Amino acid sequence: MESTNQTQSVKLNALPTNSEQRSLDNEEVAFDVTDLSLFYDKARALKDINMVIPKNRVTAFIGPSGCGKSTLLRCFNRMNDLVDTVRIEGSIKLFDNDIHHPSVNVAELRAHVGMVFQKPNPFPKSIYENVAYGLRIQGVKDRRVLDESIEKALHGAALWDEVKDRLHDSAFGLSGGQQQRLVIARAIAIEPDVLLLDEPASALDPISTLKIEELIYELKDRYSIVIVTHNMQQAARVSDYTAFLYMGEMVEFTDTNKLFTNPDKKQTEDYITGRYG
Amino acid sequence: MDKLNIGQHISQQFNTELEDIRSRVMQMGGLVEEQLRDAVKALIDMDEALAEVVITNDYKVNALEVAIDEDCTQILARRQPTASDLRLVIAVIKTITDLERIGDEAERIGRMGLRFAAEKGKARMLMGIQHLAEHVTTMLHDALDAFARMDIEAALSVARRDEKADQEYESILRNVMTYMMEDPRSIPLLLDIMWSARALERIGDRTQNICEYVIYLVKGKDVRHTSLDKVEKEARGER
Repeated sequence: MESTNQTQSVKLNALPTNSEQRSLDNEEVAFDVTDLSLFYDKARALKDINMVIPKNRVTAFIGPSGCGKSTLLRCFNRMNDLVDTVRIEGSIKLFDNDIHHPSVNVAELRAHVGMVFQKPNPFPKSIYENVAYGLRIQGVKDRRVLDESIEKALHGAALWDEVKDRLHDSAFGLSGGQQQRLVIARAIAIEPDVLLLDEPASALDPISTLKIEELIYELKDRYSIVIVTHNMQQAARVSDYTAFLYMGEMVEFTDTNKLFTNPDKKQTEDYITGRYG
Repeated sequence: MDKLNIGQHISQQFNTELEDIRSRVMQMGGLVEEQLRDAVKALIDMDEALAEVVITNDYKVNALEVAIDEDCTQILARRQPTASDLRLVIAVIKTITDLERIGDEAERIGRMGLRFAAEKGKARMLMGIQHLAEHVTTMLHDALDAFARMDIEAALSVARRDEKADQEYESILRNVMTYMMEDPRSIPLLLDIMWSARALERIGDRTQNICEYVIYLVKGKDVRHTSLDKVEKEARGER
């Protein structure tokens, strides 16, 4: 070892790299989850989850089927309220407001926390009316305001150029990938704070998948995004932070670069490398 | 996780592929070790025939490097390895590059041996070389062992020994300069000795690199271009 190595290492550390490790401590917080447990009747589907969803970042949930990742995602806009047998303990705060507080209007919460599902689910209406739907519910009637918001949402979902000449055609005439982007446009038309994506690309072909991933990358400037995916490479590609869930527990939640190159927990390692758990 | 358990993937095929590149690295390591021993022996014993063998056999090392590289590319493209699997592939790619260069240095020493024998050099000039050669050969052997067993402590101890190789190289240089001043006519021969010593010293450096890859592979920490003390702290520190 030569003595110059010391100074050299200082220089190396000063170089900016793309893989700079992020730390949750330095992030603004969108959701703050404390001791969250969820029961289906007596079966406990989530166990004492503690985590924050950082603002303007992409957070991915990965884990085997039945590990609770979709259940956790659905907690964020209280979709689990629709299931009678569900009981929830612990708290979830969105920008410091408890989302389970009795004064919270669930419809309003869902306007702040949009959701997109695995299968594209456009309404049986025109492309235009699909995107306008949320705005109309919010009472927007002015045609010019609607036109403008819809164009903006379709641009935001990277769909405008493909549909601008047929806005009043049925949404069912679009391809699966286009339908999924239409649904995303519908979700962002009402300008939510958070977008929840539940397997948004698993029913799509590789090119449409890449378009959705590219879209996620562009959207994170404006929204905090949480994505559930079975496709680990996808989680690795699109997310800033990744959480690994197993049997209802949060095993590891950290910077995506770290999780996929050098995870701390053996369970995480075994899962992402495809070993027996 | 101090040991990597390659043989536990759900995909048996993937197990086989990873095992395969790992065992081929060991095979290449063994070959390079043999080349180095032979090259040094040819130089010290002034054995022209053995030197020729070393020079000819370098192509085998090169061919293995190309083949293992290809396998690694295939694994990256087809399996998208993550975590320790990814680190294994990266460590292998880097290790074989250094092994190939060690092979080149061995070939260079072989060529020096050829010239030395032709010029009928004096054995006493080679004294220091023999010692340095033994030192780096053991280092290489132990580094490959550390790689095979994923043994961080062994890797660290080999890395520590590179300092001694550097010191021996310095002292050979001083000796060579003394001889040069005593008898300028022997300078061409002495230059060859100096180049051989230089080759051995470089092998020590490259062996140290391999040790760093072992630490990266096992601990996931990139310890290149850091001081040895820091490397030890990183490697032994809690994850």
